[in-house]
Amino acid sequence: MHQSRFARNILLGIENLLQHKLRSFLTMLGVVFGVGSVVAMLAVGEGASREAMKQIEKLGSNNIIINSIKSIEEESTSTQRSHMSVYGLTYMDYQRINETFPNVRKSVPAKLIRKEARVEARTLELRIVGTTQEWFELVPRPILAGKIFGENEVKNIAPVVVLTEFGARKLLATKNTIGQTVRIGGDSFEVIGIIKSEAAQAGNIQIPDQQIDAYIPISTVKEYFGDIFLKVTSGSFTLEQIELHQIIVQADDIANVESTAIGIERMLKNFHKKADYEISVPLALLKQAEATKRRNAIVLGSIACISLLVGGIGIMNIMLASVTERTREIGIRRAIGARRSQIITQFLIEAVVLSTLGGIVGLAVGIGIPCIITYFSDMPTVITLGSILLPLFISVGIGIIFGLYPAVNAAKVDPIIALRHE
Amino acid sequence: MSIVQFENIHKHYQMGSEQVLALNGVSLSFDKGSFWAIMGPSGSGKSTMMNILGCLDRPTSGEYLLEDKNVGVLDDNSLSDIRLKYIGFVFQSFNLMPQLSVQKNIELPLYYLGWEADKSAERAKELAEKVGLSERLNHKPAELSGGQMQRVAVARSLAAQPHIILADEPTGNLDSHTGEQIMRLLTELNAEGTTIIMVTHEPDIAGYAKNRLHMKDGKVEKIE
Repeated sequence: MHQSRFARNILLGIENLLQHKLRSFLTMLGVVFGVGSVVAMLAVGEGASREAMKQIEKLGSNNIIINSIKSIEEESTSTQRSHMSVYGLTYMDYQRINETFPNVRKSVPAKLIRKEARVEARTLELRIVGTTQEWFELVPRPILAGKIFGENEVKNIAPVVVLTEFGARKLLATKNTIGQTVRIGGDSFEVIGIIKSEAAQAGNIQIPDQQIDAYIPISTVKEYFGDIFLKVTSGSFTLEQIELHQIIVQADDIANVESTAIGIERMLKNFHKKADYEISVPLALLKQAEATKRRNAIVLGSIACISLLVGGIGIMNIMLASVTERTREIGIRRAIGARRSQIITQFLIEAVVLSTLGGIVGLAVGIGIPCIITYFSDMPTVITLGSILLPLFISVGIGIIFGLYPAVNAAKVDPIIALRHE
Repeated sequence: MSIVQFENIHKHYQMGSEQVLALNGVSLSFDKGSFWAIMGPSGSGKSTMMNILGCLDRPTSGEYLLEDKNVGVLDDNSLSDIRLKYIGFVFQSFNLMPQLSVQKNIELPLYYLGWEADKSAERAKELAEKVGLSERLNHKPAELSGGQMQRVAVARSLAAQPHIILADEPTGNLDSHTGEQIMRLLTELNAEGTTIIMVTHEPDIAGYAKNRLHMKDGKVEKIE
């Protein structure tokens, strides 16, 4: 019986709201847009953070990337002519990292050299990645054709190359891609495999591979191109000796990534007089990127909440007007024997019905907008149960908060004066 | 046996800086089953007396006993309950809910009593028949004549089976013919045992009552 009374109260509220259809509808619109924008914001925010998580997987969240850089001291001395700068990571560094840290599961060295490649008349500026077979484990990419090189090729200094999909398309003849010969810096290399490349960047985070990469065993690169490079800059040239351009280290657990990075930094400091290396931890960068996204979501969410607030004020405004307009009705109800609390309930229910209906319509709008966004752009959107329930609770709450004051006002009406009210 | 009893009731109003003495020491006693007409010129305190009788207002001083209960000391919720269960109001301007049907208007007190929907619908039909409006149950008040509206109001005032009906100028907005019909209805109800207290300034309407009480300047002038 109690439940049926509650249902009757709600029906009464709906009946009263239907007395002024346009007015109720316009009042509801405020909440519709408020809830709609909150749901849409949450969906976009959730989509962005899911996207970030996907990027973590692509990057290898357990990885630590150490790059050789030219130190500041070296930069100033190298302006002298015919000076050879020696800097960067060494084969010894690679060995030490492998032997010192128990938390390192795998590590891979890389020599990165820009060279022009040529197949008949076609040329392409490539980034030669001289590395070991472990590269393909740390930066896993699908193999599209042929195979990647293994331990044997590295040991045997084999003149083989693995191209990316992009490089293969630009350089190779369309038929029988595997087995073709590519000339790189005067030497011939046999194409043994083609892998997919990640063209996209993960936000502002550099992913380890590029689409112009050509993977060659590190021993082969050392044998054919050496450790000394000629660098031509605006008319003058300098010689640089760099053993390794990059070392990628994989920690055994995501929890050990940052401590291992700190340990490596400490160790490298002991062996390098100059700061000629740079450690970057994708995980840390990703955490940063995620924090930025979260901050954006909070800012956007706050703006959406302001529109909810405006919707609530709209409800309050209309309810106050309604109380004034229905003073006589309140007077009659009070004279008949309605308690103050029953008048409060009546008006509160009207406000809550208004805001909740607005919330439900707003939910539909809020689910629709992200679907449209996803349909017309690449921006992913994700709607979770939480992002549906939260705005619904909020809209009920808004009805209560902004309906309470007008309802209490209604209950304060003096029945004697109200009955004389025209 | 008295149903209402006033013991030296005073009622003051603050009108700006002026204090208005609406009731100035009224003592009276109405018996159960009686039919009273309260008469007097405007400003004589009739309306104030009605408001206090109907528990819409509290006296400034003095005692009001309703069925031997001291009503003056009760809080707002208790007064609401008394209005709901003991008193039925009939107003000069009908005071029906324009958005509700005749049936829903009659059911209104039952809604606050917490009656179930089908039970109160049954009661509303019964009362509509009693006042001769069975055919109009689903009409809105705006579709009715003045006399019909007042009959709806009477039916509504009866819904909770009150002990007293307070009628404030019940024929004031009606022509003499429909006014007579309403008075006949009230007389009938009185014959069935309901106490009726009515405010009017028309002597022929007051003639339907068994007793008449004349007010002047906040005091009881004479009783017939």
